[in-house]
Amino acid sequence: MSNTLLPKLYKTMKRIRTFEERVSELFIKGESAGTMLHLSIGEELGPACVGTAMQENDTFTTHHRGHGIFVARGGDPNRMLAEIAGKKDGYCKGKGGSMHIADMTLGHLGANAIVGGGIPTVVGAAMSYKYLKQERVSVAFFGDGAMQQGILYESMNMASLWKLPVVFCCINNQYGMGTKIENAVGVKDFSKRAESFGLNTLHINDLDVESAYHKSKEIIDSARKFKPGFIEIECYRFYGHARMDKSPYRDESEESEKRKLDPISFASNQMIKNNILDEADIKKIDNDIMIEMDKAMEFAINSPINEETEIFKDVYSENDPLPVSLDEKINKILNN
Amino acid sequence: MSNLNQNYFEKITYRDALRLAMHDAMQEDKNIIIMGEDVANYGGAYGATKDLLKLFGKERVIDTPISEPAIVGAAVGAAMSGLRPVAELMYVDFFGMSMDQIANQLAKIRYMFGGQISAPMVLRTQGGTGRSGGAQHSQSLESWIMHTPGLFLSMPAKPNDAYHLLRHALKIDNPTIFIEHKLLYNTTGTLDKNDIGAPFGKANILRKGKDVSIISYSRMINYAEKAAEILEKENISAEVIDLRTLYPLDRETIITSVNKTKRALVLSESYYTSSVPSEITSIIFENCYKVLKKPVIRYTAEDTPVPVAPNLEKNYIPTIEKIVEYTKKVCN
Repeated sequence: MSNTLLPKLYKTMKRIRTFEERVSELFIKGESAGTMLHLSIGEELGPACVGTAMQENDTFTTHHRGHGIFVARGGDPNRMLAEIAGKKDGYCKGKGGSMHIADMTLGHLGANAIVGGGIPTVVGAAMSYKYLKQERVSVAFFGDGAMQQGILYESMNMASLWKLPVVFCCINNQYGMGTKIENAVGVKDFSKRAESFGLNTLHINDLDVESAYHKSKEIIDSARKFKPGFIEIECYRFYGHARMDKSPYRDESEESEKRKLDPISFASNQMIKNNILDEADIKKIDNDIMIEMDKAMEFAINSPINEETEIFKDVYSENDPLPVSLDEKINKILNN
Repeated sequence: MSNLNQNYFEKITYRDALRLAMHDAMQEDKNIIIMGEDVANYGGAYGATKDLLKLFGKERVIDTPISEPAIVGAAVGAAMSGLRPVAELMYVDFFGMSMDQIANQLAKIRYMFGGQISAPMVLRTQGGTGRSGGAQHSQSLESWIMHTPGLFLSMPAKPNDAYHLLRHALKIDNPTIFIEHKLLYNTTGTLDKNDIGAPFGKANILRKGKDVSIISYSRMINYAEKAAEILEKENISAEVIDLRTLYPLDRETIITSVNKTKRALVLSESYYTSSVPSEITSIIFENCYKVLKKPVIRYTAEDTPVPVAPNLEKNYIPTIEKIVEYTKKVCN
């Protein structure tokens, strides 16, 4: 058994969780842009295993609960938190925010606030890679909600028909906002749906991140050879849908029971049990992460806000005139 | 398209001008691909991509499944990753299927992502009445697009403009919606490839006039020109303005013309209410109200779904007779 892989995956999961905790703190401090902040605490295994199994040039889109995936793919917490705070130093100059964070240099083709909206993007990206003969895979991350959107199946069909280097990755956290999966789905076997499109499928329903990594890597490696795949990772959303949601639709007993299924404690126990790291080593990792994320929060809070004219930038290409402001339009009429 | 390398065509159809534009663009830029329902083997429902499969192969001219949302969505992803797709939706009515990918994704990518990237693609489609296509195959939905910042919108009426605007759309870094009209494909005109062409945002004054401005685009331009000929015989000099692109919109040409003629009729197959014509009308009012001699008339389709019955469909959109009648009243 590898001695470095599990600590690496552990560290990724812990960074995701600590990052999400800082997002929550940013909100409490009144420094976040709005309240539409969807935390992935409890769901770290999927982003860690799939994100790590992808190669450097691979690309991806995410759903609205996508911070963790971006952290796993190398997103800089400083610029991520600055984006979530709506600040100038954010990845999208604060104009995208939590739900539209993107970074082309790291292959992040965009987070999406429309359920399923970013799925066909990876199909098109994969069309490009195949046509341009680039050995790259594009992965669409989405939740169980998107399993009920038609565009997923249009995309799966195209990926299968054109043999594209695509992986569809469903992070099934059991809830579509407040609706439990049992109330949204006739047949819960998602892999069967993907199989019917001829995709390679993988269903992960345990807490062993290392084995999930190896299995995910197989799916991603075959996608690189033009055999598209589907991965479902079952997990549990430890907290509400968004920062303001107190989850009145589910029992506290359910939550406390499910929170025991924690992939991070599981990985930590595994490392100790197998003498990979001891408690002191793990504490050191955790501490370093805390320091990193505290600094990121400080960075976000201190990042400058945008000039007002930023509203008009980036609607059209830089060669085009900026849209005319309302003030200018109205004054032109009044002064006529 | 007898000779593809010809630079000047005395008479070419609107359809062939579009085919030629795609052909020439694809020869110049290897990253241009065409994708859509029946664009390859069939050559496009209206023949606009005929023979392109033979010339460029199936890697570049791609028949897709009937999945309009994913056709647009995949084109967006391809455009973000190095290709320059021309996606075709067979009917503009199918925007109803694809509107999330058009309005929430394509139009907003550059903005949401802080200017990091755009999706430089062309979405070609066609709309309009005239073939008894009914309520789901005959609409004019350009107002949906004009209502969505982030998109360029082109609706040429003439083969020369169709060629040059499509060529231009395939060079710029903005996503462009290109709406053709099903009854324009067989119409003919000249094409001069060396013409500097129709840049986006520049209207064309097809006919100079002094008494009234008729402002229009797409197929209704041909109605406007015929009406102007009739009006001339009755001593009314109508200026006919072909907008050619609705975003960017050439406000200056509209305002200058109406300041001169002091009367205006806005002509379109779009709706009367909350539409491109109502937008143009308010631009005229805001900028020319001091000189206007009569209220601005927007002559449009009726505010109803499109009927199939030929007699109803004919009168659902403007008629040349009524354009003449209303223009005369405006000039009274």
